Amino acid sequence: MKIALLGNPNTGKSTVFNMLTGLRQQVGNFPGVTVDKKQGSIKTPNHTQQLLDFPGTYSIFARSLDEQVVQDVLTNKQHPDFPDAVIYIADAANLERNLLFFSQLYDLGFPILLVLNMWDRAQRKGLRINVEQLQKQFPAAAIVTANARVAIGKDRILQALDELPSQARTAFHDLDLTALQTDSTQTENTNARLDKLRNLGLVQSVPTTAVNSSTRLDRILTHRIYGYLIFTAVLLIIFQFIFSFASIPMDFIDAQFVRLSAWVSDSLPEGLLSKLISQGLIPGIGGVFVFVPQIAILFFFIALLEESGYLSRVVFIMDRIMRPFGLNGKSVVPLLSSVACAIPGIMSARTISDWKERLITILVAPFMSCSARIPVYTLLISLVIPKTYIGGFINLQGLILFGLYALGILFALGTAFILRLLVRSGKPGFHLMELPEYKAPRLYNVGIAVYEKVKIFIFDAGKIIVAISILLWALATYGPSSRDQKLKALQQQTTYIQATDLEKQEQENSLLLSQSYIGHFGKWMEPAIAPLGYDWKIGIALLSSFAAREVFVGSLATIYAVGDDTDNNKRLVQKLRDEKNESGQVVYSLATGASLLVFYVFAMQCMATLAVVKRETNSWKWPLLQLVFMGFVAYLSAFIVYQLLI
Amino acid sequence: MSQTLDSISLHQLVEISAIASSAIAPKLSEMGLTKGQKIKAIFKAPFGDPIAYEINGNIISMRKEEAMQVEVHMA
Repeated sequence: MKIALLGNPNTGKSTVFNMLTGLRQQVGNFPGVTVDKKQGSIKTPNHTQQLLDFPGTYSIFARSLDEQVVQDVLTNKQHPDFPDAVIYIADAANLERNLLFFSQLYDLGFPILLVLNMWDRAQRKGLRINVEQLQKQFPAAAIVTANARVAIGKDRILQALDELPSQARTAFHDLDLTALQTDSTQTENTNARLDKLRNLGLVQSVPTTAVNSSTRLDRILTHRIYGYLIFTAVLLIIFQFIFSFASIPMDFIDAQFVRLSAWVSDSLPEGLLSKLISQGLIPGIGGVFVFVPQIAILFFFIALLEESGYLSRVVFIMDRIMRPFGLNGKSVVPLLSSVACAIPGIMSARTISDWKERLITILVAPFMSCSARIPVYTLLISLVIPKTYIGGFINLQGLILFGLYALGILFALGTAFILRLLVRSGKPGFHLMELPEYKAPRLYNVGIAVYEKVKIFIFDAGKIIVAISILLWALATYGPSSRDQKLKALQQQTTYIQATDLEKQEQENSLLLSQSYIGHFGKWMEPAIAPLGYDWKIGIALLSSFAAREVFVGSLATIYAVGDDTDNNKRLVQKLRDEKNESGQVVYSLATGASLLVFYVFAMQCMATLAVVKRETNSWKWPLLQLVFMGFVAYLSAFIVYQLLI
Repeated sequence: MSQTLDSISLHQLVEISAIASSAIAPKLSEMGLTKGQKIKAIFKAPFGDPIAYEINGNIISMRKEEAMQVEVHMA
């Protein structure tokens, strides 16, 4: 049997879901849309059943993507996710409004279990709930109380599921809900239901002035100065973790995969298979796992902020600033996290419920300069920007680096502004939102959120990343048969014969890469990139850095036969400075260097990001559009910069 | 004298008299904003928009343009 878990936002619904299913859950998408579909099996005393968690909504009438999913599934008996029964989670401290959606579901005829959650909070607030009266009004529903935050009520819920009454019922408010199509009939029906619910006398309360701890805290957290200061501080802490501390586990993961590669190539007999596994497959998988620390850290913090109730305050204070750009207050976290890495940033855009705002956020996020661009920026800046000081104290190199970051942010916002006008959306975005009470986050929920995100990345985006990296590896490793003759010719040369073993290796690697398929492709496209000031060697580095931007540095090192030692760029920088073209001019002039810097600010040089965008938008259309658009902007601006400076 | 919800001053308790018909009207109702309910603005975001309101013990945040749809009078 399929059971749907439904309820308003902020009722502890996901806590109930985690309590009932534990780690036996899978996260996917509802068919055709990117709305999280969480599924898990639960064991009632007599049966094993499938529990399906839906987005939290206030009613059956849809205005947002999340709500549309709920409406589509529940009003269509043919839908593959149409449930056989419903568990409805209501916030007992806020009963009447919570019962609106419940009453709609009741009238749609589902066998239904009403869980009065947060029972303790209702009691603390001095609310007395007349459960008897509630049962009398909804005779066909089962009702239990629970307090999922402290794991109370699990057995009661499971027990009740086995005894769900399924007798015929008279409607609570006798109207065919699916017939209500217009704004005014929906409003009318909602008002009538709410009036009826309020007049049942379900809740008696000792009236308390509701200036509680939440509002006192809110005065500080949404203050026009302290609010932003505190938010900035929170972001700085998150960045510190993603930027600096994540590198420790990332280096460790990297080292383990290098060791594994070495072990495989030692233990398997030499040949195609051994090469494919040790140089193609294992580094490809390593390239997926290396992102895990950043993803885990970001989602740990996002889950903390979300669970505590602070994230909705962030949205509250950022909404006005982001609105002109077609973005949402919630876009702030994805965009700023993209400064560390666009992959967790884009994955975190899922918190934005409006589809248009979410899509725009995803599309512009890769313009933010991520940490993988830093090696490219530093190499090129040290190559072409003089180490001088402006006005005696502003380091020009540092200023340029800052300028590159600013350029990325500017383009992200500018593109968002244009997309706002271009992207069609069915329904107007709005910001009607509950600011939930502050709560201490539950680590169990946070842990599950992190676990699910990491799992999704590894299994969904990971497949694409591994496939593309194997392809790139093959193109860079293999070449047409003419390569062997060129290699033999190299080995006859005196410069080779007199070289040390290490230099021999470097010369061979350089030749093998430039004669590989990617090498040939780089030469073939030289006419296309010449107007940007690039030769075929840069072309090869551009192509191979599609695997990840920092590969640019390593590829140049290989081509210029200085060994792939990215920690020590000095030899490479020297070599690049000495590089002359056929007419004797310096290749890495200021014009070419600046053109490359601008190119890397804008170009979508990251297959892992494309794979994640595909996962998050559920189609290849958007990542491909992004690839083409960002490539176009990169090409055009690199062209302008080169032509201006030359 | 009737006013719309976006223009009331902080901490002034008012009663909802009507909600203009629009695409957002059903959503306002669902959040508990119906005729006769008491509501007050409790704090504002830095640029005066959005505004947070207290209704039935809940805090709900609304953009000014959304609050403009709600007609209120002194309670």
